[in-house]
Amino acid sequence: MKLSFEQSRPGRRSNAVPRCEVPERPLDELLPVDLRRAEPARLPELAEPEVVRHFVALSRRNFGVDVGFYPLGSCTMKYNPKINERCASLPGFLNLHPLAPDALAQGTLAALHEVERALAQLCGMAAFSLVPAAGAHGELAGMMIVRAWHRRQGAARTKVIVPDGSHGTNPSSAALCGFEVVEVRSNRRGGVDVDDLRRVVDDHTAALMLTNPNTLGLFEDRILDVAEVLHAAGALLYYDGANLNGILGRARPGDMGFDVVHVNVHKTFSTPHGGGGPGAGPVGVAERLVPFLPLPRVEREDERYRLVTTGAESIGPMLTFHGNVGVLLRAWCYLRAHGPDDLRAVSGDAVLNANYLRALLKDVFDVPYDRRVMHEFALSGRKQKEQGSSTLDIAKRLIDFGFHPPTIYWPLLVEECMLIEPVETEAKETLDAFAAAMVQIAQEVRDNPEFVHAAPHHAVVRRLDEVRAARQLDLRWRPPD
Amino acid sequence: MSYQSHVPEERAEMLAAIGVGHLDELFADIPETLRNPPLDLPEGLSEPELYRRAAELAAGNRAASLTCFLGAGAYDHYVPAAVDELAGRAEFYTGYTPYQPEMTQGILQAIYEYQTMVCELTGLAVSNASLYDGATAVWEALLMAERQSHAGRFLLSGGVHPRVRAAVRSYAAAAEYQVDTLGGLDGRLDPAALDAVLTAEPAGAVVVQLPSALGVISDYTEVAEVCHRHRALLVVVANPLLLAIVKTPGEMGADICVGEGQPLGIPLQFGGPYLGFMAVTEALMRKMPGRIVGATVDAEGRRGFVLTLQAREQHIRREKATSNVCTNQALMALRATITLTLLGRQGMRRLAEVNLQHAAYLRDRLLAVDGVTPVDDGPHFHEFAVRVPDAPAWHAAALSAGFLAGLPLSEWDESLSDALLLCATEKRTRREMDELVGVFERLAAGGGR
Repeated sequence: MKLSFEQSRPGRRSNAVPRCEVPERPLDELLPVDLRRAEPARLPELAEPEVVRHFVALSRRNFGVDVGFYPLGSCTMKYNPKINERCASLPGFLNLHPLAPDALAQGTLAALHEVERALAQLCGMAAFSLVPAAGAHGELAGMMIVRAWHRRQGAARTKVIVPDGSHGTNPSSAALCGFEVVEVRSNRRGGVDVDDLRRVVDDHTAALMLTNPNTLGLFEDRILDVAEVLHAAGALLYYDGANLNGILGRARPGDMGFDVVHVNVHKTFSTPHGGGGPGAGPVGVAERLVPFLPLPRVEREDERYRLVTTGAESIGPMLTFHGNVGVLLRAWCYLRAHGPDDLRAVSGDAVLNANYLRALLKDVFDVPYDRRVMHEFALSGRKQKEQGSSTLDIAKRLIDFGFHPPTIYWPLLVEECMLIEPVETEAKETLDAFAAAMVQIAQEVRDNPEFVHAAPHHAVVRRLDEVRAARQLDLRWRPPD
Repeated sequence: MSYQSHVPEERAEMLAAIGVGHLDELFADIPETLRNPPLDLPEGLSEPELYRRAAELAAGNRAASLTCFLGAGAYDHYVPAAVDELAGRAEFYTGYTPYQPEMTQGILQAIYEYQTMVCELTGLAVSNASLYDGATAVWEALLMAERQSHAGRFLLSGGVHPRVRAAVRSYAAAAEYQVDTLGGLDGRLDPAALDAVLTAEPAGAVVVQLPSALGVISDYTEVAEVCHRHRALLVVVANPLLLAIVKTPGEMGADICVGEGQPLGIPLQFGGPYLGFMAVTEALMRKMPGRIVGATVDAEGRRGFVLTLQAREQHIRREKATSNVCTNQALMALRATITLTLLGRQGMRRLAEVNLQHAAYLRDRLLAVDGVTPVDDGPHFHEFAVRVPDAPAWHAAALSAGFLAGLPLSEWDESLSDALLLCATEKRTRREMDELVGVFERLAAGGGR
């Protein structure tokens, strides 16, 4: 398929270019020639119908939740409600300048405040900041809060502990705050090895970062012991909220002893993933950490709302403005549409779906941990690897069946890992069809591994050479000159 | 509300297949003391009720219906209709990071086109696929500089937006790096003064803004030379629309160009989601944070696109990653790409010119009002500051007349507490501009409205 640049013809125009409203002054008077660029940027020149066909064609070479099953473990690819799009696109929300006076922005401020209160309730935390623009940004905020709190205590805490199965954003966020990252092992049950934890925690430990359910979809049933170990050492407990969908409405990180929490609204709270964002990663804290939250925050007095932009102990602002407000408005819609019973029903069906799909596949693929799972589960493609096809091959073959593959090769704890999260908005027929495809592929691996190895067979491109992409770097189109 | 499809019979079948009698058994790993806490949350609204409530709230945002002469980092530009239609296609917005490229060629190719456009606008060699916003893009640029200089210090021009500087200071404090400021809001930086400052104490990077926070356009070529003599990187924070017409950061000798992409087809939305863009010289390519898309071929020799240079990233390098960025602002980058494609080579240049003309017209007319004086003499892009006899009162009067008359600059600088920062984009009509001038003329004539 051609690039837009490759369809360009000099002189083609669309109607996007405005008329000048005023008598024009000579350009040289407004911007001297030595301050102007030598050549205009070589952007494409197309008429509007061509532009539309181009991007429609691109969209048809793309896959989203609205196209089909998207069981990416730890990404929570649930349905994105369309009413949320309609509400968030109201002109009163879209056209509001971030520096408008608070008195004239009461609608958005009220919605943000309601989101903050709802998250505090659901997570059992004292307060949230809605500023962080993504989960990793929320983790960074959390680490900055941890660092600030320990300094306030006069303690020199230099280490952050992460489980060996943690998401890469955990250690990278900790490292960005100058922390040394130490790993704690998982035990045979797939949870944190509490004895190893006791060995690793010392008085240089600032925090442990944990996801619960963890990155294998398993509930850390010794979480209260874990909290005890950390708190006894004067350290804090950080909750990576990526897997909140598995316990939504049924358990709260605050009650488990977590001091700092981030949630991914583009996961648990249904905001669209956008092809790689935007999301949002609000960060919540226990009472004693509230002064450290980033700025700004929304406060309410009687029926009036205001943006608080100062705070003596705050870690400060993290963006130019107030956060991914458009995304948070979509989360507001989801939260207002789901009462407490609805939210419990979300985690109920998420966990039901994961356990069901696991039951359908456990005789065909290796299941690394023999215990109930929460909203996602891991399979190992170890057996299939021995028969001649890797997890990568199985993933590529799934594409031929119209399914997006699960997360693969992560967490590293499981050999030839597939991490599958079937989310609560998937119908039983979809789960059955996916299981049938996996069973068929497993059969193909036995009968004809080369065929699986050559997958996908029915996508718009065959398997792409990623090694070549990294070695012969081609990161932009170049005009033929 | 519920978006779930299971009926009771299905749930019963599924429980039987799992081998449990009741759903509660699947939650048995949760300690009993933690299970099923009471939740103080309101009942869920139906779809029509939700829309009514949203519409009520939206109506409470009275500023959204005022005529906007406020910029200061977020700009009221016209978003062509096709942008919403195309970016609103479900195949784009309900997808995620393109880890399986064979089924996500759409977004991957769009990002490749986006990267190309960012390189063309900035005059630099390589772009990434987006960062959260302009401020975080500046911080990521400084991290890149620090990794090679180990100087532990950065110099920010006073012309960098105060809120961007404030965010950078938050991150720098956590990482224990020093941040110093040089020069004022107009962004003018005397190369000799810079040379003296860097001689006294090295910095890993110098950051300037184009146009400055007061809308002033400067040539930073000499500044780049001074930086490089001192082995510091020059980071230029640029308005992407201005880049269509101004001498590019690449032409000036910048090492990194970052900025806020909100002007490219992204509505104001009370501050986000916006778009951080970043482009660098070839030498810095492997140190860049964020996703990068590259072209390659498939097993049959067809061109295709993939995420590449992933060894930099958190999912591979973990604590040694160049950054922790995972989810970024892909859909906003898509909106920018569509906007730039619609405007095209000539259209972008013309759009920048119209912005220049509108602001110049408004400024000329305002300076003709009694008591209104310039703060600086430009050249300006679409934003400029003027002093008025009573900034808070004039701003309030304009508000009552239906205008957001810019930013009272007391927010940024006490010495400018009698000044307003006004912006006139292509969206402002002549009539709107003339009416604002009329409000100020009446105020100047003696407090009448």
